[in-house]
Amino acid sequence: MSGDDWLRKDRLPHIWCAGCGNGTVVNCTLAAVDEIGWQRANTVFVSGIGCSSRAPGYVLTDSLHTTHGRAIAFATGVKLADPSLNVVVITGDGDLAAIGGNHFIHACRRNIDLTVICMNNQIYGMTGGQGSPTTPMGKLSTTTPFGSVEPAFDLTELAKAAGANYVARWTGFHVKELTKAIFSGLSTKGLAFIEVLVQCPTNYGRRNKYRSVTDQIDYMKTHSVLKQKADRLREEGNELPEDTIILGEIVKRSLPAMGVRK
Amino acid sequence: MSRVEFWQGNTACAEGALAAGCRFFGGYPITPSTEIAEHMARSLPKAGGVFVQMEDEIGGIASVIGASWAGKRAMTATSGPGFSLMMENIGFALMTETPCVIVNIQRGGPSTGQPTMAGQGDMLQCRYGSHGDISPIALVPASVEEMYSLTVHAFNLADIYRVPVFIMADEIIGHMRERIEVPDKVQLSERKPVIDPTHPFRAGCDLIPGFPTFGKGYAVHVTGLTHDDRGYPCTTNPEMHEKLVTRLFNKVESVRDEISLFETINTDSKVVFISYGAPARAVEQMLHDHPEAQIGHLRLKTVWPFGERCLSQFPNAEVFLFPELNLGQISREIERHTRIPVISIPKIGGNLHLPQELWEITERYL
Repeated sequence: MSGDDWLRKDRLPHIWCAGCGNGTVVNCTLAAVDEIGWQRANTVFVSGIGCSSRAPGYVLTDSLHTTHGRAIAFATGVKLADPSLNVVVITGDGDLAAIGGNHFIHACRRNIDLTVICMNNQIYGMTGGQGSPTTPMGKLSTTTPFGSVEPAFDLTELAKAAGANYVARWTGFHVKELTKAIFSGLSTKGLAFIEVLVQCPTNYGRRNKYRSVTDQIDYMKTHSVLKQKADRLREEGNELPEDTIILGEIVKRSLPAMGVRK
Repeated sequence: MSRVEFWQGNTACAEGALAAGCRFFGGYPITPSTEIAEHMARSLPKAGGVFVQMEDEIGGIASVIGASWAGKRAMTATSGPGFSLMMENIGFALMTETPCVIVNIQRGGPSTGQPTMAGQGDMLQCRYGSHGDISPIALVPASVEEMYSLTVHAFNLADIYRVPVFIMADEIIGHMRERIEVPDKVQLSERKPVIDPTHPFRAGCDLIPGFPTFGKGYAVHVTGLTHDDRGYPCTTNPEMHEKLVTRLFNKVESVRDEISLFETINTDSKVVFISYGAPARAVEQMLHDHPEAQIGHLRLKTVWPFGERCLSQFPNAEVFLFPELNLGQISREIERHTRIPVISIPKIGGNLHLPQELWEITERYL
């Protein structure tokens, strides 16, 4: 098998815009589930609502496309009812951090054996570009027409504080590192959370002076720093710019977990 | 064979669920339903099942739907405020044809209202509360025995028709204690097998598709979006939407007389009481106190879908008297099905109608 065999080909082409980063995340996810040797028959993809949440519909496994923000709660039921199933949640920043924030925190606290992959495009893409909890301060959206005045959520710090066993952040540019991180997430007993910053040229880039798809990818590339380097710089007394994107494994630990296959 | 117990209604409900093979409970504590969650928390692990206390009722019903797709008979229990929170996901269960059982031990509303007092104010919410055209099933127990038997029946109906089934009890029935004969064995139905795995949502003439349980290799896509027979989203095709929603509606409405359960007393009477849930007990006491009056009684065990056939059991009826613990929610539904006057006897505040009170109203019509 290869990652390609996991695609539900009769549903292609997908609905995502040209230049969207979500396809890259699906590609890395399927490469990882294939590499780890999971079988399609006992793997379930669960999602909520939004651009990201259409991903499970393109995967040839049992898949549950649920209500806005509730993917993790549905996935909790699937996993606890049948721990022999491998359950992956695909979500977005609005789905996970706004309407679904409470389910996210409690799933991390329970450390339930799910892999949660968040495609963070910092915007509500499907509904036409409204501000989300991860829209950076000052950035434009249809509901922040003068620039967002709210601080953005750091989802990895949230997952870490709430108790998840594995937390990592990458961008859609870092495909090899992202695939490895998803692999590590799938291997984790307990909740694994992988945040992926992805470009949204249609609804985020267009309003925020990224003239092309690659402009936004360049931005993510040039503004990101590995966690180890960031830690070292801080230890040496350096202050990092506020818009620094910290990448890499944020947490890897073995706290007691729920719903692990016996 | 059976054994005799002296149980609270909520205990009987949980025991009925366990007897029906329920092996997943996801919920959130709320008065006056909490004893059901507590009983399941104690009993499910011993029965090889799973109890999970979720972060809210939205998560509770979501986990129940997830567990149902993983092949378990699954339930939750709540009351008014929690029931309101569940509405969106109840619509998801209806759209995706997910069998599950939702128990509502009704209290006084609106809002936080009267947490410890009885009400029947959610009877229209269970029918119309989730958005879109829907048709769920709602059963109403009027005794501890029925808290057990109707819960078993609810799981069977949920699996047969692939719908959420409500147990719309109330605080009085949930908390009162009565003698109950518990059967050693109950009759259980199964979910229909999948006929065509490439079109898992294709239904035969009974309008009910087979159930493609997760983990069995069906690679089924389940979505709350309007979908075709393959389960694939198809949201802008008007014919597809009409066909799907009409089927979901008709698979329950077309068999409402089969689903509809009721009991009758004195069917040739001119004055006929209609009741469901706790007020039925007041009616029964009044009938017992005044046998000479030969008053009729139609007690509904199924309120939704409403099977109008039950009204024709009383050919001589000249008036229907209908006590409810709300301002006349189901009385209005009865009016849609008959030309005989329906006199609503509403009562809110938490107390049950007194038999004497009902008799005084009855005397006006004798």
